[in-house]
Amino acid sequence: MTSPITLTVNGKEYTLEAIPGETLATLLRERLNLTGVKIGCGEAECGACTVVIDGQAVVSCIYPAERAHGKHITTIEGLQSEAGLHPLQEAFIKYGAVQCGFCIPGQIMTAYALLQHNPDPSPADIRFALKDTLCRCGGYPTIERAILAAARALRTGEPLPDPEIPESAEPRQVVGRNIIRPDAVEKVTGRALYTDDLKFPGMLHAAVRRAGVPHAILRVLDVEPARALPGVVAVLTAADIPGEKNHGLVIHDWPIMIGIGERIRYVGDALAIVAAESREIALEAARRIRVEVEERPVISDPVQARRPDAEALHPGGNLLKHIQVRKGKVAQGFAEADVILEHTFHTPMMDHAFLEPECSIAVPLPDGRMEIYVGSQIPYADRAQVAAALGWPEERVRIVGQLMGGGFGGKEDIAGQIHAALLANATGRPVKLLFDRRESLLVHPKRHATQIRVKIGAKRDGRLTAVETELFGDTGAYASLGEKVMTRATTHSAGPYEVPHVSADCYAMYTNNPPAGAYRGFGVLQSAFAIESMMDWLAETLGLDPIELRRRNALRVGSVTNTGQVLRESVGLLECIERVEQEMLRLSGLERERLFAPRPLPEAPHRVRAWGFAAGYKNTGLGGGAPDKAGAEVQLYADGSLMVRTSSAELGQGLVTVLRMIVAEEFSVPPERVRVLVMDTDLTPDGGPTTASRQTYVTGNAARLAAQSLRQAVTSFLAEKYDCPPERIRYVEGLAQVDGQRISLGEAAAAMQASGVEPLARYEYRAPETRPLGQGGDMHFAFSFAAQAAEVEVDTRTGMVRVLRVISANDVGRAINPLGLRGQVEGGITMGLGNTLTEHFIVENGRVITDRLARYRIPSIVHMPEVIPIIVEHPTAEGPYGAKGVGEIVSIPTPAAIANAIYHAIGFRMDSLPVDQEAILAFLKRQKECLPSR
Amino acid sequence: MRLWQEYYRPATLTEALQALAYAPGLVLPIAGGTDLMLDLEQGRHPPVHALVDLTFLPELKRLEVQGDELLIGAAVPLSQIATSPLVAEHAQALTEACALIGGPQVRNVATLGGNVAHALPAADGTIALTALGAQVTVADLECARRVPLESLFLGPGKSALRPGQLITTFHLPLRRRGQASAFRRVMRLQGIALPILNLAIWLAREGERIADLRLAVGPSGPTPRRMTATEAIVRGQTMDDSLIEQALHTLLEEAHFRTSPHRASAEYRRQVVGALLREGMQAAWDRACEPQRH
Ligand SMILES: Cc1cc2nc3c(=O)[nH]c(=O)nc-3n(C[C@@H](O)[C@@H](O)[C@H](O)COP(=O)(O)OP(=O)(O)OC[C@H]3O[C@@H](n4cnc5c(N)ncnc54)[C@H](O)[C@@H]3O)c2cc1C
Ligand code: FES
Ligand code: FES
Repeated sequence: MTSPITLTVNGKEYTLEAIPGETLATLLRERLNLTGVKIGCGEAECGACTVVIDGQAVVSCIYPAERAHGKHITTIEGLQSEAGLHPLQEAFIKYGAVQCGFCIPGQIMTAYALLQHNPDPSPADIRFALKDTLCRCGGYPTIERAILAAARALRTGEPLPDPEIPESAEPRQVVGRNIIRPDAVEKVTGRALYTDDLKFPGMLHAAVRRAGVPHAILRVLDVEPARALPGVVAVLTAADIPGEKNHGLVIHDWPIMIGIGERIRYVGDALAIVAAESREIALEAARRIRVEVEERPVISDPVQARRPDAEALHPGGNLLKHIQVRKGKVAQGFAEADVILEHTFHTPMMDHAFLEPECSIAVPLPDGRMEIYVGSQIPYADRAQVAAALGWPEERVRIVGQLMGGGFGGKEDIAGQIHAALLANATGRPVKLLFDRRESLLVHPKRHATQIRVKIGAKRDGRLTAVETELFGDTGAYASLGEKVMTRATTHSAGPYEVPHVSADCYAMYTNNPPAGAYRGFGVLQSAFAIESMMDWLAETLGLDPIELRRRNALRVGSVTNTGQVLRESVGLLECIERVEQEMLRLSGLERERLFAPRPLPEAPHRVRAWGFAAGYKNTGLGGGAPDKAGAEVQLYADGSLMVRTSSAELGQGLVTVLRMIVAEEFSVPPERVRVLVMDTDLTPDGGPTTASRQTYVTGNAARLAAQSLRQAVTSFLAEKYDCPPERIRYVEGLAQVDGQRISLGEAAAAMQASGVEPLARYEYRAPETRPLGQGGDMHFAFSFAAQAAEVEVDTRTGMVRVLRVISANDVGRAINPLGLRGQVEGGITMGLGNTLTEHFIVENGRVITDRLARYRIPSIVHMPEVIPIIVEHPTAEGPYGAKGVGEIVSIPTPAAIANAIYHAIGFRMDSLPVDQEAILAFLKRQKECLPSR
Repeated sequence: MRLWQEYYRPATLTEALQALAYAPGLVLPIAGGTDLMLDLEQGRHPPVHALVDLTFLPELKRLEVQGDELLIGAAVPLSQIATSPLVAEHAQALTEACALIGGPQVRNVATLGGNVAHALPAADGTIALTALGAQVTVADLECARRVPLESLFLGPGKSALRPGQLITTFHLPLRRRGQASAFRRVMRLQGIALPILNLAIWLAREGERIADLRLAVGPSGPTPRRMTATEAIVRGQTMDDSLIEQALHTLLEEAHFRTSPHRASAEYRRQVVGALLREGMQAAWDRACEPQRH
């Protein structure tokens, strides 16, 4: 009785054969090619797949296609009219609501449905309507402003006002001004293609059989039942890997697949891979593979892993690295202290939950090469690892980086790239390997769970005399970037303060949990939570103001860090602290002495508000002696346009805009004249990894210097041609002025080409050298600084916590694109908020409990506080126009700022993340029961 | 591999019941699909042969007053219930509960029929209906009969509905002078997206007395249930703080609060239920003296 489906999509009627089991999302994406319908979860949680059906917003991922019979459906592709973009689309672009873009079709469609029923929505209406339309880039405040503005424009017919975002304190022609992303239009129209949106002729679909047990020896792997399934084209196991059997970013300890007799180290380990004619067949085949294992005792935390009787997970044992920081003599520091405090903190694993799950497509080429289409943070590392697995020279592999729906550190390691390549190599056909949300949550490296003990000593006036920390980092089954992450956690574990005596020890341990690696903040979020909580406690113990305590100890120009680095410039911490303090006073209207006092609401005294404060710092760049370099090339074309190329990754953070602006600045052209090509190992020079907040600085410098050297080349060419001294040649508004004569850049390019000179310059920029930990000197070439204040409200009846306002001051050196920076700040706060309030990646005895988005909850617009960003600009001499990193610093103080605010509200000191309303309520109950002892 | 093999889009209730009765293999009704699609997709439900779509049936889409009852069709989307002035007038607890379920994209398809048939002990819509004293019409090919809502539940996730049976309509008594209802819940910011605790209350006020009361708390046992002992304590008493304290005392004896891993401990539930009870009772009490709108 299954009958055809007739439906109208974006005004066009279709009659389609019904395919049993099909969802509307699949029909729209696969059969009508409306790939603006995004799949972020497939479980009705994220809203990325939202379409409007007969005027109502609906999630299409769980909507049976056959129900759409007779319905009128609008997708993002149907919003644009002949008159141009819909005001919602325009407002999202203009206000900077578009970051990675993956959630944007869903946001706009949800808002579109709202405006159809309610043309004049209040902010509360918008929050109600967008409650389940998630944005991991976290631009909720901007999304709200964009919708309000679009609604107004629709009602009044007036144009959208400009966003109220101040420019840099010292704007140049282009740099320091608010510039729109080059990919924004594509992203708001649904035309932007992410990897899963690509199709290739003859493409197969892959699935991975995962171990499902945390620790075991693989005994039997019978793939015959999978091979026997019609539609299966290839099934491969470890024995079929032609080249290197392991991968890894630093240490090659991560098996591509586990072989018979080998050790399974976490639930996500791959045992076998399948390619089939459809995704359903591939998944079914993977399920049918018969596996027998001999289970081993599970090592579920780093402290356990360090016990002498713990089974060794890797040949070298369970200790990945013991990291040590020593400055002065802590014993002496504690002897000098008037007050010593000590406490141990815990932070759990966290998932990046980028909205776009991992996807790789491997395409074998007739000339014997292989292309990999993937959203990757480190294309050249992908290339090296894929080539090694195939046993090929690197040049035989080309990584063609795709738009990425967020990364946040979670797309640095190999996900499906190698598996797809092996299957494509075996079958000679293109192979797509798409993770669903569950696989994404199970497999990719997480934020390190930590245990951090802090002992802190201070004089009565608050001056710190010594800080001793001991950290345990759970790096899970494989190293990934564990050593580097935990090094950062360790070196930053005494906070952004000048402390005469420091001792820090960290044990980064292997366990049977999912691997842990890079995650925005890179270990520093964890140690900042510990030390900033301790600073708050210290202030209270000494009877000092928490802000004053930090001011007294803050790093400043001339300070020496824990690793022995003298800070010679660009230390904006004090200004951050002071600007936040001023803003707190202004916003709250409180007297200075009452700034941190608990404030029960007069009308509802069970709800108590208070402010909390925290500071932080974070290195820019790899540091620690690692050569930090990036290549970029800039080309001038005969049409007067420019292109800048580098393999550095655009994850949504806005690098492409920054590069475009830098080149535009150097040539004095409007930014639209500059195109940016990133992430292609054949076409773009190596920009190095997109990690450690390094791209604006390192690749930005590469682009700037490449642009400058191209400009010089053009200048000398023109100087010769027109016989004019080079210093008399100027670039103004897209034209070269040669002795008063105006020559367009296009003409110059054409003339250069005609005389056999390619108008192209390539530059490999090397960041200032750094020193390894333990050797003193400059461990990092720049640091960003931040201070933050959070105002919370605790409901003493339920223990629930709401964050009302966050004031965030960040010293970013120079704001290259304040519009993009706003997104980074809002997104950083949102992620820090999630890491504190909503996110808890739960692993029990090696098994992942939070394997769905319905269980791993990320912040929604309803959780958002008001965000008050303050940009502080203490330029760093070597950075491009003075800029340093912004990607990570923002979220680092957030957990402690919230935790300290909770303390000030109700006296409950959180020593683990996330906020636990049960623990709060239990504490309040004990308080009530416990009579005052005096 | 496919989630279903056949999909029926009946246009009348009879056709739907026939499809349910005669389709080969395992056949299930589907309303919004917000529970069922996920159960199928995530392998919590054995594969079905056929689905029978209930959303095209006018009989299940009614939302109207008939006689002294408010009728709500089992396939009316929750968003419609949450915004219906009729429901707001007669069943505020249901308005509040439905507005809290999921987000708009889920509410635009999810239904009360599905919320009830899924039979979870703390489903928000179900708890509200329980306190509102709902009755349910259940139909199969043979007949339609009216039963009390509570009779539909056997255990967590297990309804008493037999194959071939459908919930067609919920019947709610109209609100009279002095009567009102309210719904409150507590969520956890992390973890599984189910309420930690919810509570719905209906009361009839006479002067300063609570003449009558219905109270439902979830999860307070394997099925959605009323707190009858607590109701008895309150009935006929003067509303004041001490009454609420007494009610809470009985409620804590009567409710079976359990610990749900990663969601809430029994202890926490015992602690917060008081806040819900106080707020819920106060809200219903205050509303009960508001004038009726018609
Ligand atoms: C993101 C998300 C958030 C949610 N949040 C909440 C929440 O906060 N609170 C809450 O209570 N719930 C929540 N839910 C679950 C809620 O959406 C469902 O319980 C919904 O009400 C079920 O209705 P449905 O129409 O989608 O049912 P379906 O999924 O279509 O059906 C559910 C079951 O009921 C059966 N069934 C459906 N209709 C009938 C009928 N008329 N007669 C007999 N059997 C029938 C089906 O066969 C199936 O077994 C959430 C779900 C999602 C996806
Ligand atoms: S993909 Fe449909 S809600 Fe996430
Ligand atoms: S822009 Fe919203 S998820 Fe990236």
